[in-house]
Amino acid sequence: MFWLKRERKKFDTAVKRSSKVPEGFWKKCPACTQIIFSEEIQRNLMVCPKCNYHFRISAQERSDLILDEGSFKELYSDIKTGDPLEFKDVKRYKDRIKKLENDKKKSAVIVGEGKINGRRVMLAFFEFSFLGGSMGSVVGEKIANIIEDAIEENTGVVIFSSSGGARMQEGIFSLMQMAKTSAALSKLKQRGLPFISVLTDPTTGGVTASFAMLGDIIIAEPKALICFAGPRVIEQTIRQTLPEGFQRAEYLLEHGMIDMIVHRSEMKSTISNLLSMLAK
Amino acid sequence: MTTYYLEFEQPIAELERKIAELKQASTLKNVNITTEVDKIETKIKKMQMDIYTKLSPMQRVQLSRHVSRPYTLDYIKNMFSDFYELCGDRKFKNDPAIVGGLAKLNNDTVVVIGNQKGRSTSEKLLRNFGMAHPEGYRKAYRLYELAERFRKPIITFIDTPGAYPGIASEERGIAASIAENLQRMMELKVPVIAVVIGEGGSGGALALGVSNKVLMLEYSTYSVISPEACSSILFKDSSKTDDVARALKVTARDMLDFGIVDDIIAEPEGGAHKDHLEAAALLKRSLIKHLDDLNKLSVTELLDNRYEKFRKIGSFK
Repeated sequence: MFWLKRERKKFDTAVKRSSKVPEGFWKKCPACTQIIFSEEIQRNLMVCPKCNYHFRISAQERSDLILDEGSFKELYSDIKTGDPLEFKDVKRYKDRIKKLENDKKKSAVIVGEGKINGRRVMLAFFEFSFLGGSMGSVVGEKIANIIEDAIEENTGVVIFSSSGGARMQEGIFSLMQMAKTSAALSKLKQRGLPFISVLTDPTTGGVTASFAMLGDIIIAEPKALICFAGPRVIEQTIRQTLPEGFQRAEYLLEHGMIDMIVHRSEMKSTISNLLSMLAK
Repeated sequence: MTTYYLEFEQPIAELERKIAELKQASTLKNVNITTEVDKIETKIKKMQMDIYTKLSPMQRVQLSRHVSRPYTLDYIKNMFSDFYELCGDRKFKNDPAIVGGLAKLNNDTVVVIGNQKGRSTSEKLLRNFGMAHPEGYRKAYRLYELAERFRKPIITFIDTPGAYPGIASEERGIAASIAENLQRMMELKVPVIAVVIGEGGSGGALALGVSNKVLMLEYSTYSVISPEACSSILFKDSSKTDDVARALKVTARDMLDFGIVDDIIAEPEGGAHKDHLEAAALLKRSLIKHLDDLNKLSVTELLDNRYEKFRKIGSFK
């Protein structure tokens, strides 16, 4: 009787547990579609242990991985989104921003200064979870600001991009951020200061077609989607089938668009070494 | 050239057909119809005024894409003398979706570069509907540098739905080719004027648009994304273009209010497509004035002016 009861109970709990599994306990890898224990992925720097897919990570996680502990000082966090078009689709743009800010999400990019193995640099980390890391006026302004700071302070610039492109809710203002960020980089270039551009999954549209492709050295994470027009746009408008691996980091390397693909575990040491080798 | 009418131009088309019929009848029967024609022409003028003052943003988008609208090569033909087209990017091929070359504006040599659309089906295909591949932007890049070496001002004409979204384009680095143009244009030690003559579509337009002066023709538009694409992304429905075009704020007037452009150039009554020569004359007059202003600036002033112009664009709190 006892063991029978226990058996049944075990079965019951098993069913119950499945409904009580905390969200994110298991993760499905978007690349190899394997279901993997979340903790295992976390231990592995948010990289799929089966196929090496690099999961999208937050600006915070990114800065923790790259910078010397406690060295990051965020700058320009007080620049807040405007609504020049008073844009409204199914929702008001203002309300979208308000909701994100209430959820403690601040901006599509976090910028500041920090140290990589003791070397001071100006940095930007994109936050894909904030409207797809899209570039509006705030993003453009923050990036231009840190580039100008780098010129002032005589440091290099490192930007980790992850973006859906220009933010259409800001219309023409978002388009013009492409010119603004590229312009600032032109000044950095003239001063002979290095810009390392790191493209992470996904880097697309107006971000790719401006500062992201202007790195002195361009690094990508494995399998990251990097493109101007997204694969769906191309398929829909042109009705062409896309080749295997199209617009992935490996494809870009093969076609001469980027310098190297670097695993997340090697990213800090790679950037550190490159900056030191480029130093005058 | 057969005349093409947009939907909202149909009432005008009706009257214009009537005039044509009357003229034909009068030559056959030898009757005087001047008063009749005059009457209809006044009616057309009034109707045109009514329609054009009430144009919706989406109707303006359609107008900016009007197939009879003058394209870059039309303006070149009607505004400049001694045009020599310069071809190729010296790397891969010649992209007919962007044209450029040396030309004379009055008596001064300038380098002119612009997006080029086609009017007939075969020319549309040749010009890829005005959507350039990387080699088009690399040709522009080469011509920017040529202009700088020989200290010639640059005039660009913007008229494209956007850079070409296709496999070949991505494969050869469309993103990098645009980015490099944005940066190089900012560094040019000569005056640069950009004119949006039709459709100013996204990054593919901006790659010809980093300049000391940005001018827009009255019925041209400038946008980060087409109303159709924006509508299908935001509403999952491409038919809400009227609302989206209004929300995106794409007209020349909007751009002037936002401080994105410096000047709007008036078009002939009913739009540039009604009178290519007049449209070119109006543009030419404005270009000469703006170029005169820029020629007074030193190289440092030109560079600072261009940098500041774009550096200050943004809306935040």
